[in-house]
Amino acid sequence: MSTVAAPPPAPAAAAPTATIGAYAKRWAENVRGGELGSLPIIVGLIVIAVVFQVQNDKFLTAGNFVNLMVQGAAFALVAMGIVFVLLLGEIDLSVGYVSGVAGVITALLLLPDGSQVATPIAIIAALGSGVIIGTLHGVIITKVGIPSFVVTLAGLLAWNGVVLLLIGTRGTVVLQDNFVIGFANDFVPAGTAWVLMLLAVVAYAGVQIWGLRKRAAAGLSNDPLLIVALRIAALLLVLAFVVWVVNEDRGLPYVAVLVGVLLVFWTYVLRRTRFGRHVYAVGGNAEAARRAGINVDRIRIACFAICSLMAAVGGIVLASRLRSVDTNAGGGSILLYSIAAAVIGGTSLFGGRGHIKAALLGALVIASIDNGLGLLGLSSGTKFVVTGLVLLLAVAVDSISRRGREQSGRA
Amino acid sequence: MTPSTDAGGSLERSPGAVPILELKGVSKRFGAVQALHEVNFDVREGEVTALVGDNGAGKSVTIKCIAGIYPIDDGEIRFEGKPVTISGPKDSSALGIEIVYQDLALADNLDVVQNMYLGREEITPLHALDETRMEQRCSETLASLSVTTIRSVRQTVAGLSGGQRQSIAVAKAVMWNSRVVILDEPTAALGVAQTRQVLDLVRRLADNGLAVMLVSHNLHDIFEVADRITVLRLGQDVARFNTKETTQRDVVEAITAGTLSVVPGQEEAHA
Repeated sequence: MSTVAAPPPAPAAAAPTATIGAYAKRWAENVRGGELGSLPIIVGLIVIAVVFQVQNDKFLTAGNFVNLMVQGAAFALVAMGIVFVLLLGEIDLSVGYVSGVAGVITALLLLPDGSQVATPIAIIAALGSGVIIGTLHGVIITKVGIPSFVVTLAGLLAWNGVVLLLIGTRGTVVLQDNFVIGFANDFVPAGTAWVLMLLAVVAYAGVQIWGLRKRAAAGLSNDPLLIVALRIAALLLVLAFVVWVVNEDRGLPYVAVLVGVLLVFWTYVLRRTRFGRHVYAVGGNAEAARRAGINVDRIRIACFAICSLMAAVGGIVLASRLRSVDTNAGGGSILLYSIAAAVIGGTSLFGGRGHIKAALLGALVIASIDNGLGLLGLSSGTKFVVTGLVLLLAVAVDSISRRGREQSGRA
Repeated sequence: MTPSTDAGGSLERSPGAVPILELKGVSKRFGAVQALHEVNFDVREGEVTALVGDNGAGKSVTIKCIAGIYPIDDGEIRFEGKPVTISGPKDSSALGIEIVYQDLALADNLDVVQNMYLGREEITPLHALDETRMEQRCSETLASLSVTTIRSVRQTVAGLSGGQRQSIAVAKAVMWNSRVVILDEPTAALGVAQTRQVLDLVRRLADNGLAVMLVSHNLHDIFEVADRITVLRLGQDVARFNTKETTQRDVVEAITAGTLSVVPGQEEAHA
């Protein structure tokens, strides 16, 4: 950044719509300055797809694509919650077993032993337990002043214990509710999938055009029309391709629709509401937020509650995919894969930078690696080593782009 | 804020005659340390009043007493001639007093509009942020203050120069119908050209009718923009000057050797 850039001759008289050239120039400047956005992850996904396809031609098939969606969904859902705590510059290590607790509660409440409850009540109870657990974490972290790392590490142990206590001597609880099992095992009819896809694109286009008109009416500068049109077209192409591919196989899993809806919802919360703005502010400069009159503690507690809530959603989806819960519920790779997904997707560990879509992109990468290495018949040892290296690479990209920002005066 | 006089008091206000903010005999003690001793100080609308002094003279304590961060032990703070009790930052901002601290309190990851509206975001009836309106008003505010070096109000603050950041912090402070703006060392970390930007901005604030209180070490800057100067030394106001009728030499003398009414550590007054 130049220090005393000569003021543009007439900023007010500048054309309200930037030219394509200026837009491209600004984008290139941002990338050079370390604002990489989703660029590394998209490059990464292409590399992964090419490498695995070369090794095993089953990787890029419709059937495997559907598998990948179902496998990645739970990670994506849990990672969406992780994004909230990472934005604050905090961490939540308990999400794995919190998801386990929610899965076990769902399965137990739906167990046809004479005392089972209606499906919605079981789901609400599981989600509610997530909110309560997260609020508890948040209150201890903010009011007692213990670092989130320690509190949620204690949570990791304690909620693991709760999973064991709830399961008791049963060993495995088989999920016997068709609605819950249907999340991950049933598919949207082909026609409905096309309708949903078109609705999503029309809604997106509507929001974009409405935003353009509103800004134009207010005399503010707009992105070039062509860029907006390209964005809408890109979404249409990607979604149409996805729907076409999955319809070649079993179809669009319901859980993919759930991920899409929650992606839009949390993106709205984070980017378009006062609460979301305050989350970014607290993550960027907590002292500035406090002086601006923001209740920093309340924002922190809310983010931990959202994190555990999304862990609970992920737990239910995972239970649905496995059709049962056992003493291992919430264990294994779910915790580390979810955190890795949020980070790989581009959420900064230093707080204040990231989007909800990072959870989806990161989960796609993680699930692809897991799935691809599985197809190659490699052991989980190899899977973990490769996933670990990818995580390290993602954090390195974050750190290096941060240095780029510092050098260009943006950090 | 609780005005301690009856509200039916005199309402006439001749601008300039009654200082908008006035400290009368304000004392503040931290344990054995007398941080402020009977400080008198006033700020008037349309004027830049400088508060100068060496390190430890009590400049920061004075600001924090006005902000309500420290309760005062003795004396009174008057706003528009009426005694007020300021017991927290909420009270001072309710009076229209805004303070720009040295660290600026900007969130680097947010853009200019987001920073200027932080904590006071406008929302549409559907509880979404009203970005269009906020962006419009920010641009207007910056234009009214002739802050023209910012390329885009949608740029993150991290990418701005020191002078631009200071300008944003000041603009943020004056956007909310504030009447008194207190600037703590606004030029301390700036280069020559950026200092110029900020000093011009300070002058414009006063010319727009605000009361500006400038706290600084830098006498050169103060002589450029301030109308009046009050000198603090060891917690006491030792001298006040009209900038036009004095020299830097006199002010330096007051800063380093101004006559104290009470010598710290001694019980009775010395001449």
